[in-house]
Amino acid sequence: MHEYSIVQALLTQCEDIAAKNDANAVNSIEIKIGVMSGVESHLLKTAFDTFKEGTVCGRSQLIIHEQPLKILCNECGFESEVPVYKCSKCESLNVKVVDGEDMYLMRLEME
Amino acid sequence: MCTDCGCSIRGKEDKHHHDHEHHHDHHHNSHEHQKAHSHIHNNPHLNDPKTITVIQKILDKNDHEAMHNRSHLDNHGVLGINLMSSPGSGKTTLLEHLKDVCEFNYGVIEGDLETNRDAERLKAKNIPAMQIQTGSACHLDAFMVHKGLHDLPLDDIDVCFVENVGNLVCPASYDVGTHLNVVLVSIPEGEDKIAKYPVMFRKADLIIFTKVDLLPYFDYDIEKEKAVARSLKPNVDILELSIQDKDSLRQFAQWIEFKRKMRG
Ligand SMILES: Nc1nc2c(ncn2[C@@H]2O[C@H](COP(=O)(O)OP(=O)(O)OP(=O)(O)O)[C@@H](O)[C@H]2O)c(=O)[nH]1
Ligand SMILES: [Mg+2]
Ligand SMILES: [Zn+2]
Ligand SMILES: [Zn+2]
Ligand SMILES: [Zn+2]
Repeated sequence: MHEYSIVQALLTQCEDIAAKNDANAVNSIEIKIGVMSGVESHLLKTAFDTFKEGTVCGRSQLIIHEQPLKILCNECGFESEVPVYKCSKCESLNVKVVDGEDMYLMRLEME
Repeated sequence: MCTDCGCSIRGKEDKHHHDHEHHHDHHHNSHEHQKAHSHIHNNPHLNDPKTITVIQKILDKNDHEAMHNRSHLDNHGVLGINLMSSPGSGKTTLLEHLKDVCEFNYGVIEGDLETNRDAERLKAKNIPAMQIQTGSACHLDAFMVHKGLHDLPLDDIDVCFVENVGNLVCPASYDVGTHLNVVLVSIPEGEDKIAKYPVMFRKADLIIFTKVDLLPYFDYDIEKEKAVARSLKPNVDILELSIQDKDSLRQFAQWIEFKRKMRG
């Protein structure tokens, strides 16, 4: 359950940004979770609701955008959104990952 | 001394602080890189709700610390290798036996849930080992490994292994600051491990099939598993290993030697 550690990192990040902006509260947090990041969105959500208490994010809503795996084919140039590392047009395995393997904080609404 | 982490590990040349500030996002495309660096401006009177866009990796603090760890290793000319697998795939056993066939010196940072058994096993073989007690953690992160690095005699070793917590999920999300990832998968675990844990096996620079002496007793199509691995990651290196087969251990030692030479 490394989702708990990831939420701790996210909360620290939000607290830093809120402090830099002299905000009293964070209303909503938008994150992007790649399907190949190794993190389960529903576990992340549960962990967030457990740990947000008593932080500047205590009343925040967590909005999770699940990012499918996006690959660019080095052979034919086609961009596919498929759950495998294989071009869906020419079936080449020579592909570059464009998105879907990382976790990003995207947007914060504060007041 | 690094002014950020306050640590005083020193190598021949302490260029680490100048390096890391600008390196973190260079693996990603420049579009994202630019966005990650866009600054958030101060707003001293924030009365109304305000939305800001901050594209930042959630684990950026960990990634930064991982970069520190790599500088520490680089400054001491040490190659760092992160060993990952399910519990019991043979990580500690491999580290115990590698010593008999290799010419380089190595130390080990051990991640273990509760005990220091694995570290004791290695120390019994005169391998410097430092146990990080992760408590209930299911993975090691760069901060834990950083502490371990301070307790290892980096000047006396050529290779530093990190034996991660036995788990094919959580450790895959954390860069611990090594140079290479080696993922073990043992024959008795059965087929499909690679297909079921693609995130982990995508991270591998080398996949080692361990306990291959047991192949006659299991219904395990190793060639099929290799094909699965290469469909996930076409350029991954693959080794078959058994503790009873000294040649296979030597092959692993040679792979490491090669990587060491390539880092000068
Ligand atoms: N037959 C056979 N058994 C092996 C081999 N390598 C390891 N084992 C056995 O597998 C068991 C587990 O090995 P460990 O080295 O403790 O596994 P580990 O990956 O360090 O386990 P954790 O640290 O708990 O995750 C031990 O009983 C070893 O003797 C091998 O090549 N062949
Ligand atoms: Mg072990
Ligand atoms: Zn293609
Ligand atoms: Zn620093
Ligand atoms: Zn340090």
